[in-house]
Parts: sequence; C-alpha cells; structure tokens
Amino acid sequence: MSLIARLAEKSWQNPGIDGRSDPADYRPPAAKVGLVAFMGVATVIFTLLSAAYLMRMGIHGNMGHGTAGDWRPLPKPPQLWINTGLLALGCLAWEAARRLARSGEAAPMRSAAALGNGLGVLFLLGQLLLWRHYQAGGYFLAANPANAFFYLLTALHGLHLAGGVIAGLHAPYPPAGGHDARLRIQLCAIYWHFLLLVWIVLLVLLLST
Amino acid sequence: MATTIADDLRPMHHPKTWAGKYVWSQDHKVIAIQYSLTAIAVGLVALVLSVLMRLQLGFPGAYSGITPENYLQYVSMHGMIMVVYLLTALLLGGFGNYLIPLMVGARDMVFPFVNMLSYWIYLLSVVVLLSGFFVPGGPTGAGWTLYPPQAISEGTPGHQWGIVTMLVSLAIFVVAFTMGGLNYVTTVLQARTRGMTLMRMPLSVWGIFIASIMGLLAFPALFVAAVMMLLDHLAGTSFFMPAMQSMGQTSQTMGGSPILFQHLFWFFGHPEVYIVALPAFGIVSDLISVHARKNIFGYRMMVWAIVIIGGLSFVVWAHHMYVSGMNPYFGYFFATSTLIIAIPTAIKVYNWLLTLWRGDIHLRVPMLFALGFIFTFIHGGLSGLFLGNVSVDVPLSDTFFVVGHFHMVMGVSPILVIFGAIYHWYPKITGRMWNDALGKIHFWITFLGVYVIYLPMHYIGILGVPRRYYALGETGFIPQSVHTANEMISIAAFVVFAGQAVFFYNMIHSYFWGPKAEPNPWGAASLEWQTPETPPGHGNWGAHLPIVYRWAYDYSVPGAARDFIPQTEPPS
Repeated sequence: MSLIARLAEKSWQNPGIDGRSDPADYRPPAAKVGLVAFMGVATVIFTLLSAAYLMRMGIHGNMGHGTAGDWRPLPKPPQLWINTGLLALGCLAWEAARRLARSGEAAPMRSAAALGNGLGVLFLLGQLLLWRHYQAGGYFLAANPANAFFYLLTALHGLHLAGGVIAGLHAPYPPAGGHDARLRIQLCAIYWHFLLLVWIVLLVLLLST
Repeated sequence: MATTIADDLRPMHHPKTWAGKYVWSQDHKVIAIQYSLTAIAVGLVALVLSVLMRLQLGFPGAYSGITPENYLQYVSMHGMIMVVYLLTALLLGGFGNYLIPLMVGARDMVFPFVNMLSYWIYLLSVVVLLSGFFVPGGPTGAGWTLYPPQAISEGTPGHQWGIVTMLVSLAIFVVAFTMGGLNYVTTVLQARTRGMTLMRMPLSVWGIFIASIMGLLAFPALFVAAVMMLLDHLAGTSFFMPAMQSMGQTSQTMGGSPILFQHLFWFFGHPEVYIVALPAFGIVSDLISVHARKNIFGYRMMVWAIVIIGGLSFVVWAHHMYVSGMNPYFGYFFATSTLIIAIPTAIKVYNWLLTLWRGDIHLRVPMLFALGFIFTFIHGGLSGLFLGNVSVDVPLSDTFFVVGHFHMVMGVSPILVIFGAIYHWYPKITGRMWNDALGKIHFWITFLGVYVIYLPMHYIGILGVPRRYYALGETGFIPQSVHTANEMISIAAFVVFAGQAVFFYNMIHSYFWGPKAEPNPWGAASLEWQTPETPPGHGNWGAHLPIVYRWAYDYSVPGAARDFIPQTEPPS
C-alpha cells in the first residue's frame, strides 16, 4: 500500500474490520526503512557538497560565489579508474552474496561477503594511495579549492564506506534472536550499491570539471 | 536488530542493573528524560546569558564585568544554545522520545541501542560546546549564524578556539540528531500498533514526525558548513574565505565565498525554525483539544498543513539573506514563497480557534499555556509578514524589530508550548500532580512578562535601534525614551527569569511530595493515557499491545457515556 494511499485513509475506517488490510501486516522490516532514511541523509550531504562545489567553481561568478579564476582542476591519474573498478567489483561480490543468501547457501554467501569487504578495504587503500599521489605532485589541501573539495568529498565517501565495511563484517553472522543473515546481507548490498552510485556521481563531477 | 512490534517481550532487553535502568538505558522514556534534563540544564546557561545581556542593555556599565567582547559571546552562545541545544533537543529528543512510542502504541523505539547512543553523543556535543567557555579567548562571539570571514578572523572574540569548539560541537550534534531522527521516523512508520493508521495519529506525533524528517534533510547542511569552515580555519582552505588584507599583509586564503556559507547555513537555518515549530504546533493542538473537550477542528487539514509547511520551509531560506545582496528575481521568489507559508499556518491558527469555539474550556495550567501560545504566535507571525518582504526587511533587518519578531515566534511560542506540555504530561511521566496555584502564578509571570519584554522591542526597532550592539551611546536618532524602555525590558526580563524558580520548585517538590496522579487525570482519549501502569513500565503495555479503533479526538461525542472515548474502545 503506497504512502499516498495511506495518507488518503480516513480515521473512521477500521483496518482489518472494514475489509481494509492493517498496516501492521504489510510492513517491510524496520531496519530496511531505517537504512533508506539514512541513505536519504547521505544523499543530502553529497548533494549539498556537489552544489557547493559547482557554486565555488565560479560557474555563477556574477552571483558572488567566488571567482572563476582561482579554480585549477586536478589531473586525472589512472588510479581513479582502478579504484572505481575495485568498488564496482566489491558491489558485484555483495550482489552475489545477496543472491546466495536468498537461495540459502550459507558458506558461499560468507565467502562472497568476505570478498566484498576485502575489495572495500582495497578501495579505501587505493584512495589513500591516490591522496599520496596528489600530495607528491604538490596538490595539497589548501593549495586550491579544487583540491580541497576533492579531499573532502573522498574523505566523506570513504568514511561512509568504512562504516559499510564494519557493518559488512558483522552481517553474515547474526546474533541469536536478531534478524536472519538474509536481510542483513541484503541491506549491505543495497548500501554498497548506493555508495557505488554516489562515487560514480562524484567521479563524473571530478572528471567533467 | 531487535524489533518491538510484536507482543513478544523477549527482544526488550530488560535492564538488570541500576545503571542499566537509569544511566545506560535503552528505554525511550528514560532517554527522553535524560534528553530533557540535559536540554533544560544547558538552556539555563543560555537563560543566564540573556540576563547578563539585558543587564548590559538596560543599565550600561552597571556591571563592569561585561566587556564588549563578552557581550558578543553571550549573544552567540545564547542564540545557538536556545535554538539547537535546548529547543530542538527538548522537543524531538525529549518529547519525541517520550511520546512517539506511547502515542502510536509501540513498546519502544525500533532501534533502542541507537537511541541510547543518540543521547550520549548529544551529551558529548553539549560538553564540547560548554568547553568553549574555558578555552583561551572564550567562546565564539561571531553571532549565532557564525558568518565567515569574521567568525574565524582576528578581531572576533573566540576566533581561535571558541569557534572550533562551536563547530565541532555542532558536527557532533548533527550525528546525535541523525541517530535520534532515524529512530523517530522509522518508529512512526514501522511500529504503530494494530489499527493505528497514519490518519489516526495524534497531531503531536505528526508534528514530531514531519519535524524529524525535516531535521534529517536540513541538519546535513549545517554539518557540511561546519566541516568546511573548520577546514578553512584549521587547514587553510578557501571554501568560504576570500583574500583579505590586514595590516598591509594579504591573507593566505583567496577566492572563497562567504555567501556560500550563508546559503548552506540558512538551508539548515530556516527549516530549523519549523523543526522547532511543528512539534509545538502538534502538541498545542492536542492540549487545546483535550482541555476544550472538543475534537480538533479539521484534523486532516491540520495534518496536511503540517506536511505543506514542512515542504515549503525548504524553499524560503534566502529570506534571511536579503541584506547580503542577491539577484532581485531571487528576492522576489523567496519573498513569494515566504508569504505563501502564511496560508497553511493561518489554516492551523483558525483551526485552533475553531476548536476552542463553543468548547467546554477548562482553564487548567496546560490550557493557559496553549492559549498563551496562540497569542504570542499570532503576534510573532504577523511581524514576520513585514520581514518577509524585501523592501521592508532591508531597513528593519539589523534592528531590534527582528529580535522582537523571532523571539516571539520561535523563542517564546515554543517555550510556552513546552511548559504547557510539561504540565500536561507530568502526571503520566512522574505519577504525581503538580501544585495548580503555583502553575498559574508561573504562567501569568511568564506570559505577561514576555509581552513586556518583546512588544517594546518592535517599537524601538522601528525607531532604528540596532541589534547586537554592546552600548547605544549618544546618538541623535535614539531618543531618551528608548533608554527608559530598555530599563523596563531588562527589569521585566529579570522578573521572568526569577519567576522560573516557581516552575522548578513546583516540579521538584511535586515529584517527591505531590499528590498521586490518576492514570488519566484530564480524561484524554489518546493512547499514552491508557497504559496499564502510571508511570508506564518498561515495555509500556504489559502483556499485550493495545488495539486502536478510532482517532485520538473523540471528545463530547453525543450519546456517549463519558465526555471522551479512548482510542482503545471498540465501536459499539
């Protein structure tokens, strides 16, 4: 039942009595709703930073948001593509884990989840190497606003991914009385797909400017 | 993740130790009280700061301990504490936590552990904030809006360390709020009991629910702005910092945009007004309905008005920036969107009045505060119509008119609702009744007092008296009467400040020695008054969750045996 339909309900209609289903019967798991809400918060953070990025670039120079002259884009080394590939492979591993969890194959599911986590850690290490590469080239944080945005965006994305890795390490091993591994793996997969999407948007932003 | 929707008490994590029950508690009611007491304690600090400010404004030089730098620090800390650490934390962390599970028929929040973390991280943010008073140079004096470049430039009080504690504290607060907000939203969506459809929820829950969604979408802007300004200050980046000349030296920063900060700040700052106002709107609707023994007029319209106000509040932020300069078409757009908010807001005001119309009004203390809110909110709202227009705002923006306006509309109004709500739910929370006479004395001192304080501010603002000034000095356009008015305002502020002692005495004394409260002393229909125990026990509902058959506003129903029908009573 859609949110709109629920908002169209009347207080005098009795769910479960007047032939209407009761919301308590068709709810998705709370953890899933919580995750979607959290991804909403993260989306706002990255959207605002992207907006600030474009404004600070000086696209709207006549509105007083900085001057177009001081923005010097970073070079685009091949590490960017390697890291992107690692993250995409991590997502594929999590997708495999999700499907294996759905079909109840516990041992391969754990392996796939471990592979996903490993690729995530590799991505984070790759990002650190990328930072060092830029530092070695003299592209320091305070040297240019383009550098500052790059470090800030990658740091925030990395923090979100690190949280994903921590959750991912626990996901295949549910405590007694908690949700089963299937839901936990599914939520991890959703979150990793989301972070890949965010990274691709950030990458397009970095490459196109 | 343990859920609490079913009649299964196993995932409830019954606390076994004293610390598990009262300190590291995962019970929403305990967390609510922890949030509320912390918010009130830090609010008292802000209240003392306002008394010091009024001491300086009413009697300049009477107390030499207040330097111009101190004054600016008091202004800044007072504003930030009141808006974020008191009002937001108390209305959402306090009332949100206490009321949502009880009003929707849940055993607890859906993520109790995250809820507990939310409180402790909030406490950490408060500690970091208050540590600003003890760092070299004292807290920031940049104004509560913290505009760069002045916030982190030499000459502003606390520009070295005070601003750091402020920004770090805000970033921590946003993390705490996000944890709480995710809980409030998910609990409303997921943990309503059988029969509790969205359109049967009390308006208190609706207000808190929409405000939580808004907070989740608005606080990230503050987080981003705080992190970027911290980098500007500590790492020398130029997000917001332009090139500056000082003593013949050019700063290391260049090209940054102070206006960019303003956009980010107000993209948070304006929704923040409604994050505070919407829970107050919801709560006051319930207070009025219960104590006027009438169903709320136009319930569905009230819900939609809350939703529409929440949505519109995201497209009005630049009305705080008229004096910063902007494209005239932008000003036109933001003035229009600002004034459109008057429509759903007026719907709410009319519906409150129509609920009162021919109601069986009981002038108990909660109702007095609710009625007081209607007065102060209408006054504050009407002066907002002036300030929403660009051409009127520009001359008034930096005067006391604005101080009068926003204190009336988002300072006093939510505070009156908070007082009303505390008096209303105190018997359920503590199981004791407060002293009625003391409650009424507290109301009249507060209500009349705030009028004596804030109404004259509009007049002296129109005369052109600037805000944020340490002393007015001798100026041609400020007549002697302004100084007299300032003395009067200050004396009224001292009286209102002292009057709050009545409230604290009443609450503390009644907690120990007040008469035992009935489970439902006001004859209210909503779910939180139907708990098997008063105060509600861990898990709220005993062995079985309640089942809901009707909305929360069945008062004075013709033909009914009593003048209210609880939500749990099946249709006959």
